[in-house]
Amino acid sequence: MSPRLRAILLRLVQAIPVVIGVVVISFVLTRALPGDPAVYFAGAAADEESIAQIRTSMGLDKPLPIQFLQYVADLLQGDFGQSVYSGQPVAEDLANRLPASLELTLTALILSCAIAIPIGVLAAKNPGSFVDQLCRILVTAGVSLPTFFTGILLIYVFYYLLGLAPSPLGRLDFLYIEPDNVTGFYLIDALIAGDWETWFASLKQLILPAITLALFTLAPIARMTRAAMLSALSSDFIRTARAAGLSDHKVTYGYAFRNALLPIITTLGMVFSFSLGANVLVEKVFAWPGIGSYAVEALVVSDYAAVQGFVLAMALLFVTLNLVIDLTYSVIDPRIGFDTK
Amino acid sequence: MTVFSGNTDPGADNTSNSITHILYIMKENPVTLIAFALFGFYVLSALFGQQLVPYDPLASDSENVLQPPSLQHWFGTDPLGRDVFSRVISATRLDLLIAVSAVAISFVVGSFLGSVAGYWGGKLDIILSRTLDTIMAFPIFVLAMGIVAALGNTVENIVYATAIINVPFYARLVRAEVNIRRNAGFVQSAKLSGNSDIRILALHIFPNTLPPMMVQISLNLGWAILNAAGLSFIGLGVRPPTPEWGIMVAEGANFIVSGEWWLAVFPGLWLMLAVFTFNLLGDGLRDMVDPRQRT
Repeated sequence: MSPRLRAILLRLVQAIPVVIGVVVISFVLTRALPGDPAVYFAGAAADEESIAQIRTSMGLDKPLPIQFLQYVADLLQGDFGQSVYSGQPVAEDLANRLPASLELTLTALILSCAIAIPIGVLAAKNPGSFVDQLCRILVTAGVSLPTFFTGILLIYVFYYLLGLAPSPLGRLDFLYIEPDNVTGFYLIDALIAGDWETWFASLKQLILPAITLALFTLAPIARMTRAAMLSALSSDFIRTARAAGLSDHKVTYGYAFRNALLPIITTLGMVFSFSLGANVLVEKVFAWPGIGSYAVEALVVSDYAAVQGFVLAMALLFVTLNLVIDLTYSVIDPRIGFDTK
Repeated sequence: MTVFSGNTDPGADNTSNSITHILYIMKENPVTLIAFALFGFYVLSALFGQQLVPYDPLASDSENVLQPPSLQHWFGTDPLGRDVFSRVISATRLDLLIAVSAVAISFVVGSFLGSVAGYWGGKLDIILSRTLDTIMAFPIFVLAMGIVAALGNTVENIVYATAIINVPFYARLVRAEVNIRRNAGFVQSAKLSGNSDIRILALHIFPNTLPPMMVQISLNLGWAILNAAGLSFIGLGVRPPTPEWGIMVAEGANFIVSGEWWLAVFPGLWLMLAVFTFNLLGDGLRDMVDPRQRT
């Protein structure tokens, strides 16, 4: 077995205890419901008998360890419980709404990387310059912005004052028909269908929420890019490369930037976690039909199975993402080994 | 104040020297000075705001509904005719109270867990670190939502949820700071003079973790305010008609599409400025504590 493959396998094994821990916490959260879950799931009009029936059918009369095993067995079959509010299995609801959230989050992340990384690189290359000052302001102001507030400000300016943006209600204006579901990403589905009008309409809906989320993620990415580039540019191998007469472009992008990529990617993972949380707020502001607004709707009607299913799904998504990021490290930087810890 | 005691045993520190240093930093960096001034403003609003505001934050006035900002109503009035300025200022106490209590709980719990894990190490350390890793595997805002949904939708539970999601940051920081000092010279000499482990940990090692903790607390207060406001924005915790920034922005959001901007903008600005203040304060404190990390 090659050392590379072994490192990857080892990293995969390391993820197992975290997944177990996440499942345990999520079990505790579902069982920590105020009052008796059986009474809650039986509904307001239930009598003693139907409550007892529900308790038996949900397995709530069994000891906690057995309940936990049952919970894990259900999860392994993809059963996240039943939503009282929509009447559907929670897993199905989440799967239906996940593409909307992912489309928003990924567009926002691409947008913020496209802005933050060049700013960070330029700021590091010219300390004290205009770009550097801009970067500093951006970083301090960016972390203080409440996402829901920026979203509302953008709606006020671009929808109410300027009339440029469409009304902030969902993924597509009601005049248009959803493109055929292939990936669930409207932008990609409309492209596949060759329907430019729908593509443009869904882009228009997407742009404000994506900017809101991007503004939120801009600051940590720009900050880390600047710091990583500064330390890369001041290292010995860059001095050597310059002394050897390599072009400025080659030194900056071929050597310094490539070495700065590692911390930037780590930050991206963290930022992704933040934006999964911020997503909830942005989706509520823009009535975006993703999993975040699903969780908020479920919270309002006290549909706890749906909320906890959402929390677990988010955690598993995040663990998977961190795994993928760690694995990409070995592609970006072959020196990385996972058995250092 | 033993703000910049570094690696040495506190107590050997020179107080007047610290004050000179702080004044020097303030003069060098006017932004920190502004941050301290804003911080003072928010503290005063929290303490006396409810007594000083011109109108009762809960009193409705059906004749002055949805008025834009004017001399009588600086921030305008809401759909029930309540004065937005009075509500924004009165909300300061509740918002700061939630953030401060949450951060205080996570500071105490995190310091205790981190000190124990960092000083004794071993199995305890492994178990604690794994548990904290698991908590950090959840996106923090999402976990806070889950906790509030599980414990029940009350303001106290918002505080607990915010505290739980912040504990790992404190515990990790303290663990690292305690761990690097557990065999330091001053610790060994304290041991030789017959001090017990707990006494050494509490009186000799732990005070050294306080400078970086102050920075963490200040930055954390900003996040805690954002987090609590976010939770009440989606309808958790604080209930109307209680004035609170998050819920006021949520209520104002319905009017923004018809142009009544003042309902959401002023509480939002106040919230933003509060978070900004604590972030600047954190950066300023970092400059005082650790000059190497200056940005």
